[in-house]
Amino acid sequence: MLSQQITSQTSGLEISDTTRIGAGLFALFFGAFLLYFTVFAQASVLHNAAHDTRHAITAPCH
Amino acid sequence: MLTRILLAALLAGVLSGVFVTAAQELRVTPLIIEAETYENVGVAPDTGIERTFFTFVTNVLVGVSFALILTAGVLLTKTSLDLRSGLVWGMGGFIAFVLAPNFGLSPELPGMAAAELPSRQGWWIFTVMATAAALLIFAFKQKIFWMLGGLALLLAPHIYGAPVLATAQSVVPASLAAQFAVATIVTSLLFWLVLGGVLGWLVERVTGNQGLKGQPS
Repeated sequence: MLSQQITSQTSGLEISDTTRIGAGLFALFFGAFLLYFTVFAQASVLHNAAHDTRHAITAPCH
Repeated sequence: MLTRILLAALLAGVLSGVFVTAAQELRVTPLIIEAETYENVGVAPDTGIERTFFTFVTNVLVGVSFALILTAGVLLTKTSLDLRSGLVWGMGGFIAFVLAPNFGLSPELPGMAAAELPSRQGWWIFTVMATAAALLIFAFKQKIFWMLGGLALLLAPHIYGAPVLATAQSVVPASLAAQFAVATIVTSLLFWLVLGGVLGWLVERVTGNQGLKGQPS
């Protein structure tokens, strides 16, 4: 109990471990998913739209 | 609180996408368009305002993707985030996503010959993930056993070797390719620093000037 009080005083804005890990995994998978479509997907319309971005961030383009 | 942190990530991604679109117009985009004049097969979109607009949209999407990935790293490692640590995370992103893959695969201009696309994409993803894992190990695990594992991960993609053509012929002049390599790497560095810095600063704001604190575990 005492240690919990100390923790909440010293660590500022706390987020529980499960929420933090859940949100972290969500951000990771959503970020990777979005990156895949903008940088790697080969559909012609996506390729043309993202062409200069792919070259600029030095991802393999074509 | 988490919603505000994720919104801060979205905003940092959008702002860095806006920034990098402007930064690319200085050096990177003119070099891509110049290289296309040497290219035989037209695979690029038309030039003009429409092209800049599509690049802007995809830059914002890439900015948001990278911002979410950095935020995931911060949340999963239970570390704190403010302006200064945000810049460090941005630097890490630059090393993992730009420096390490470019050590094997040079920045490509339209018209430059290269190995098969899927093999390059595979090597790029492998290198980014191995380098990111190595950096996280160096940052959070101090035991010699872990450090050696991190070093192995850092070197593995380069010992395996990037897929390159034995005789790479290019219709693009070497001077143009050299200018492009420097332009993309400098622009990418600025992009990652802006992304990490803005992300850290915004998280500092939404958490009431305290930063996202790491939990003592």
